[in-house]
Amino acid sequence: MGINPDLVGRIYPAGESYQVGREKIREFAKATKAANQAHYDVQAARELGYSDVVAPPTFAIIIAQRADAQLIADPASGIDFSRVVHADQRFTHHRPIVAGDELLAELYVDQVREMGAGAMITTRAEITTVAGEKIATTVSSLLVRAED
Amino acid sequence: MIEFESLEKGQVIGSHTVQVNRADLVRYAGASGDFNPIHWNERFAKEVELPSVIAHGMFTMGSVIDLVSQWVGNPGAIIDYQTRFTKPVVVEDPEGTTISVEGKVGALDSEARTARIDLAVSAHDSKVLLKCQAVVQL
Repeated sequence: MGINPDLVGRIYPAGESYQVGREKIREFAKATKAANQAHYDVQAARELGYSDVVAPPTFAIIIAQRADAQLIADPASGIDFSRVVHADQRFTHHRPIVAGDELLAELYVDQVREMGAGAMITTRAEITTVAGEKIATTVSSLLVRAED
Repeated sequence: MIEFESLEKGQVIGSHTVQVNRADLVRYAGASGDFNPIHWNERFAKEVELPSVIAHGMFTMGSVIDLVSQWVGNPGAIIDYQTRFTKPVVVEDPEGTTISVEGKVGALDSEARTARIDLAVSAHDSKVLLKCQAVVQL
């Protein structure tokens, strides 16, 4: 069971915007056991020059995985979510995400390749504000393990 | 504040350990929205031929970067962060697992004034992340 190779080049347009909340940043920071106070304390973030608490460096995965969910739910993709393993991940931040941002993610399918009996798919989410400011680019490769 | 000029390639920036148990994975699932049952349901994990419940790769990646955030002082200075997930981090109940991380200066770019911090991340005595690298703007 592979992945449909015709997906390469497909673009999934941004869905509903994602409103970055202060409590969500705190919740995510706590869940990743981050200690840096700029994730929790507005004053600490302001002292670093930010308008509000700063998201941890991997926070954008929430937005990227929402975009990926469209692909996984697409019957044309042939992806069995229960057999998906995360193979690699990259975040490039054009500027840090802070509470109050309202973000959009456009998803690009950059690569599909066979890996033994399984297959690997590489997607890229281009994250911007609703005003069009570039915020982050995330690149994820998912390995879909073959059924025995 | 870290001075770019004070850094040397190969310099250790620090090390840290992260404890992870099943409750931590449930918490991460909720915070991230990634509810794949391989990260919290042992029966399901075994049915799909995993040894047991495994941590989200993104939990491991997300938890080890705080070493760099704390070192540089400003988490927003981390402009690029990547890794490859090489081995699953198996999290047994109730004992959990210890993830250890050590950061080193891997490369310096004096023009861009960036430092690449290479993170060595292991659990169960083996490397779980490969090419785990964060680029910091100084």
